[in-house]
Amino acid sequence: MNNPPDISQDSKEYEEYAHGIQKHVRGYLMVGALLLTFTVITVALSYVHFGTDKANIAIAMLVATIKAGAVAAVFMHLAAERRLIYRILIFTGFFVLGLFWLILLAWYDYPVFH
Amino acid sequence: MEIPYTVSTRPDTGLWNAKIGIWLFLASEVMLFGALFSAYIFLRIDAAPGTWPHGLLNVPVGTMNTAILIISSVTVVLAWAALKMRRYRAYWWYMLATITCGLIFLTVKLAYEWPQKFEHFGAYIKPDALAKYEQYLGNERRLEKGLEPRIEITGHLHSQNAKEYEVALDPVNAHPDDPAMDRPHFIPLPVTEKIATIEKADVQRATMFLPTHSAYFASYFTITGLHGLHVLGGVLVFIYMWLPVSKKLYQRNPEHLANRVEVSGLFWHFVDLVWIFVFPLFYLL
Repeated sequence: MNNPPDISQDSKEYEEYAHGIQKHVRGYLMVGALLLTFTVITVALSYVHFGTDKANIAIAMLVATIKAGAVAAVFMHLAAERRLIYRILIFTGFFVLGLFWLILLAWYDYPVFH
Repeated sequence: MEIPYTVSTRPDTGLWNAKIGIWLFLASEVMLFGALFSAYIFLRIDAAPGTWPHGLLNVPVGTMNTAILIISSVTVVLAWAALKMRRYRAYWWYMLATITCGLIFLTVKLAYEWPQKFEHFGAYIKPDALAKYEQYLGNERRLEKGLEPRIEITGHLHSQNAKEYEVALDPVNAHPDDPAMDRPHFIPLPVTEKIATIEKADVQRATMFLPTHSAYFASYFTITGLHGLHVLGGVLVFIYMWLPVSKKLYQRNPEHLANRVEVSGLFWHFVDLVWIFVFPLFYLL
């Protein structure tokens, strides 16, 4: 989003600028409504048994990931951000996945209980 | 001395400095919560059958708090958009709405959800005494149906002496053979008036629903506690930006205030994002 034309006192220019932001605002409201709907879906799905607990966990995490993706992409503006931010996040993603990968290794470390 | 690049962008990064700062901070936050979540997963997958509690949290209250955080994420981004359009009055109201949502979230957590847990009691029965308490556990039926055994009797601690606990039972232990008790209820059922006497000699461990109760509650209090501290931090920053002191900055340099709101908003969205995973993991699964 461009910086506002504070400098310019031209009302037409301001109107155009404000109209651009209003479009973003509509997007924020839609994503907000989507997140609330998905929250209800998450709760409803938790009362449906999908055969195994693992299936239920996987489905709930999938819905949570979609919600988190919407927050990151729209509210946090990651859908259109500078390259440097993406670089920071690629490193973060790499290390956090490493963290979860360690659990997987530990999981296979126990031959008896699972 | 003027701090450089608070409003204009640095030529080499294409960003104003605070934005890089907040993203680096959020990257470290991802690692912090990632470590806690991975610990949670590890504890959960390693829990012996029947030892991981289900349905102990209030789902409608958790759902309401989730909705409140989502609404606050919308209002903070609307506050920022209002500043971008130079509508300070609208910004002020959106910020007030965000602060209110944050405070409601914290109040529900600290004044309702946590205290309710602190007064709830659970007694883990020793494996060799489980049969003695079959009328409260219903494990014969559960075994037939292929369900995990119950090993804990919960409720409100009525009284205790040197030898025994007297517990006003939760419905799940008052009616253990009722099929309706196999799955957690959406709206938690109140503690019954049925009193069970449990001999201390038969109890492996008895405690209120504190972090010492189980790996589940230890993770629950640690993660929701740390998350709550983040909510508190965000609310304090928003209060500062809502007070008249920030109006002075707005009058001097509105874009500077908009950028401050944007970075604190990024932090707030991250707090919301963490809760999106906390809610199903602890309340629903």
